[in-house]
Amino acid sequence: MTFTMPNIAPALPEIFILSMACLILVIDLFLTDRQRFVTYLLTQATLVVAFILIVTDFTQGRVLTFSDTFVRDPMADVLKACIFIAGLVTFTYSRDYLQTRQIFKGEFFVLGLFAILGMMILTSAHNFLTIYLGLELLSLSLYAMVAMQRDSVTASEAAMKYFILGAIASGMLLYGISMIYGVTGTLDLAEVARQVPETEKQLLLTFGLVFLIVGVAFKLGAVPFHMWVPDVYHGAATPTTLFIGSAPKIAAFAMLMRLLVDGLGGLHAQWQDILIILAVLSMGVGNIVAIAQSNIKRMLAYSTISHVGFLMLGVLTGTAEGYAAAMFYTLAYVLMTLGGFGMVILLSREGFEADKLDDFKGLNERSPWFAFMMLIVMFSMAGVPPFIGFWAKLSVLKEVIAADMVWLAVVAVIFSIIGAFYYLRVIRLMYFDKPVDTARLEVALDMRLLLSANGLGVLLLGLFPGGLLALCLAALSGS
Amino acid sequence: MIEKLIFYIFAIIMVFGATMVITVRNPVRAALFLVLTFFASAAIWMLLEAEFLAITLVLVYVGAVMVLFLFVVMMLDINTALLKEGFIRYLPVGIGVAILLVVMLVGVVGPENFSLDEMAAPERHGADYSNTRELGSVLYTVYVYPFEIAAVILLVAIIAAITLTLRKRPTTKYQNPDSQVSVKRDDRVRMVKMKSEEKK
Repeated sequence: MTFTMPNIAPALPEIFILSMACLILVIDLFLTDRQRFVTYLLTQATLVVAFILIVTDFTQGRVLTFSDTFVRDPMADVLKACIFIAGLVTFTYSRDYLQTRQIFKGEFFVLGLFAILGMMILTSAHNFLTIYLGLELLSLSLYAMVAMQRDSVTASEAAMKYFILGAIASGMLLYGISMIYGVTGTLDLAEVARQVPETEKQLLLTFGLVFLIVGVAFKLGAVPFHMWVPDVYHGAATPTTLFIGSAPKIAAFAMLMRLLVDGLGGLHAQWQDILIILAVLSMGVGNIVAIAQSNIKRMLAYSTISHVGFLMLGVLTGTAEGYAAAMFYTLAYVLMTLGGFGMVILLSREGFEADKLDDFKGLNERSPWFAFMMLIVMFSMAGVPPFIGFWAKLSVLKEVIAADMVWLAVVAVIFSIIGAFYYLRVIRLMYFDKPVDTARLEVALDMRLLLSANGLGVLLLGLFPGGLLALCLAALSGS
Repeated sequence: MIEKLIFYIFAIIMVFGATMVITVRNPVRAALFLVLTFFASAAIWMLLEAEFLAITLVLVYVGAVMVLFLFVVMMLDINTALLKEGFIRYLPVGIGVAILLVVMLVGVVGPENFSLDEMAAPERHGADYSNTRELGSVLYTVYVYPFEIAAVILLVAIIAAITLTLRKRPTTKYQNPDSQVSVKRDDRVRMVKMKSEEKK
């Protein structure tokens, strides 16, 4: 058997992240607790360099390597760059929180890097095998990050729930993959896509597809596979919640695209129906149940569920413009989530988790600037112009209408209006109520600056959404 | 013919073992039935000429994982009565869902889709064919990327396991290997000059 050495250049960012994660792991061993910030700085530097590696070597077209198990295309590059930014912001927000609570450990950052590696693998997967392995790498790191707070009962409970439900989801995904493998005899996504229209066993393919979607819906947290989301978001330490809620959603979107569009694009008619049900249920349950929450982490968890429903709306249109709208929505959502959970971290201090809605009461009197930042984020999540969330919702709805599903767009708008209630409630609490907690906000400078940048980013991208939207469109029409 | 017979024997053992795993009351027995299930599936892999996988399954799962599992099960005092709580309450729903699923599964994964005419049995190889060699020749070449990812997953598992269990307790007595190794004779043995005792 002859074998030619694969071209490893396209995977350079992955190789770099892996090497650095191993290096940081070893360096961390030799640091005392007081020198732990070296681990933190190295992790951040790694993400910056990886970002530069991606941006300076931006791919045009599609490059396959490692026997076609790895693909690098513009979509993968854009998503990976955004994953790095989200990781960087998450770690910066986490630093102060972890330090004041004596859980500033090297493992948090090393596991975070490995999770980011898993997201990159998912984003660049071109084979069912790599999709599954990337997903496991990502999930395993996340389970451990949730469980790291060993003394907290809620965190342990959240970790167990996350682990068990995640394992079931992986099992579902594998079962679906095995069915599709049984029909096509290959794990390669392009080869599967080629065989799907030809085979006579359409029923078996649909059968596999159902299990596949169940697995992905679990990971995305779409209704009715959403039970773990509020518990995990609530139970985990806020920086971990922030991490789970942001970058992995980008990877989950990539996974959805790779599986359904790259691999099973020929079954569009079948998965469209399934995604419609999931999307409507997610938007409905997410937005309505969120109203009843008094804990802001749980509220944001249900808001995530409703956003996932919206994201699926874009994907189910089945057009390149629809995918671009979904991608834009994902990126906008991640930016807003970073801001939202960033605010929860900002308000919390040692021995006090600002995770109740009441903790936001009268924020305007305590810190007008950050109340304004939260106002931007909440308006954006509700879909009020001119913030980015409005354009994200608008572009998805436009594509849904273009795909002749006006009723679906109407349903989405109705649920968005219901959802606006609980976002606006936060704003009312901040501006019109007397503060309950009057302690002075003591926030580290890096967090102050980055959170302000984050909030202003939501505003600026809302005023000029064209660039990002064009980037998403270019990334998807190129492949 | 004989092949089919062997397949059915082991398939029946496997299904029986798997059913017992979830129905027996005693967790130790459940673990032992799991061992039986693994054995039967290893035998079926053997029928497919996948000797390497069959032997690995027995060595790793039966030999290592299940022994560990048994240890854990024996260490823990599992209250089965508590686990069975709510069993009756959820039974009707469970049975309903199970029947629905089985009917649909059988409809799809039935003989019309998976019979030998539809999915041909793999061709038989000669005695000089080595499954292990075939696996080895693709594992580090065609599948090198998934192989490396699997290695990273194991690394993460190690890191996670150590992070979750390693706990520094100030009261625990540690050995310091460094100072143990670098100890010199003078540190431990003190020569004391004494006058010899005088006889009285």
